[in-house]
Amino acid sequence: MSLALAADAGLALLILGLAVWTTIARTAFGAVIGFMAYGFLVALVWVRLAAVDVALTEAALGSGLTGVLLLGAAARLPRDAAAARPGWGLRLAAGVVSAAVAAGLAAVVLLLPVPGPTLAPVATATLPTLGLGNPVTGVLIAYRAIDTLLESVVLVLALIGLWSLARDEDWGGRPDALRAANPGAALVLLAQVLPPLGLLVGVHLFWTGAIAPGGAFQGGTVLAAMWVLTLVAGLTRPPRVGGRGVRLLLVAGPALFLAIGVAGFWLGGAFLAYPAADAKPLILAIEAALTLSIAVALGLLLAGPPGARE
Amino acid sequence: MTLALNVFTIVAVVLGLVFFLAGTVGLLRFPDTLTRLHALTKADNLGLGLVVLGLLPQVAWPFGGLKLIALWLLALLAGATVGPLLGHAVWTHARGREPPP
Repeated sequence: MSLALAADAGLALLILGLAVWTTIARTAFGAVIGFMAYGFLVALVWVRLAAVDVALTEAALGSGLTGVLLLGAAARLPRDAAAARPGWGLRLAAGVVSAAVAAGLAAVVLLLPVPGPTLAPVATATLPTLGLGNPVTGVLIAYRAIDTLLESVVLVLALIGLWSLARDEDWGGRPDALRAANPGAALVLLAQVLPPLGLLVGVHLFWTGAIAPGGAFQGGTVLAAMWVLTLVAGLTRPPRVGGRGVRLLLVAGPALFLAIGVAGFWLGGAFLAYPAADAKPLILAIEAALTLSIAVALGLLLAGPPGARE
Repeated sequence: MTLALNVFTIVAVVLGLVFFLAGTVGLLRFPDTLTRLHALTKADNLGLGLVVLGLLPQVAWPFGGLKLIALWLLALLAGATVGPLLGHAVWTHARGREPPP
């Protein structure tokens, strides 16, 4: 058995073990910690499969952001929530359904013809006309641009849903749920030292997305994380949700994407088609605006509904 | 020269792994959260430092090496922040009052 295979097998066993541990964890808090570690290990698997774009997204969004949201939810659960656990019958049924889904997925993967059907050569062949070097960005922003456009709108919709949970008298206020009551010197120091580096990494991820793994979602998530860090440490305060500036930032990405998409009718002959000569600058403009909007939307999603504490 | 560098890499990485092993044993065997935290941060700081030191001759200079060093510094920063935060939370939770400064 080669060394790489042994490492992969170890990683797979570790993930399976952690999945079982997360499922049977006795407290919600423990289960969330297990889920976050699980996500980081899955990101390692994506790296082993040479899908670095997916690995970055899994680590940043799947594990990091979702983990923080779940931690917040677990902290708000009443202490006696464990008493309301579903009965053995329901848990057994959920387990059987999950196992069936896993078995189905495994069957699909294992029964693929060799070589597997792929559109990769076609996707890479037309990349130069877009001025891109990363096929994943090509798929996200050109070939399947409509999906990405809808995804960026979904983030805004999610935030509207969250904000609608605010009480009437709190409407328009600041979402202050993130601020730690007593951040402590170490956290404040981290929130002062890390953001410059994080900003650099976030902008780099966005910029390099055109030619290497990275892009608006990964870059935006890193930027959001830095903002959230300063919010938790109390160094910055979240904006009022009624403010015009923050709303403009939120919709800038999807709006620019939509505007360039509509302009495609005249410039490229179809909705979301780019003119061959200016494809790269247009794509970069969309990605830049998307990065900003995603960062603001993710940060505000973590900050909760307005007026939790004023 | 290459042989010497390779031997250096193996020795440093193995030493680093010893620290990780010791940290893991401490995490499993130490009696309470504060001492477990101590074991864990030592493993992170020194173990990762030695692994990075050992890998330095094996990567392209300057950017590969600088990236490794940056990773170690970031892990140090994270450990130095999370350790006190967890320690503070554990102390406050157990005793119901703030720790002495």
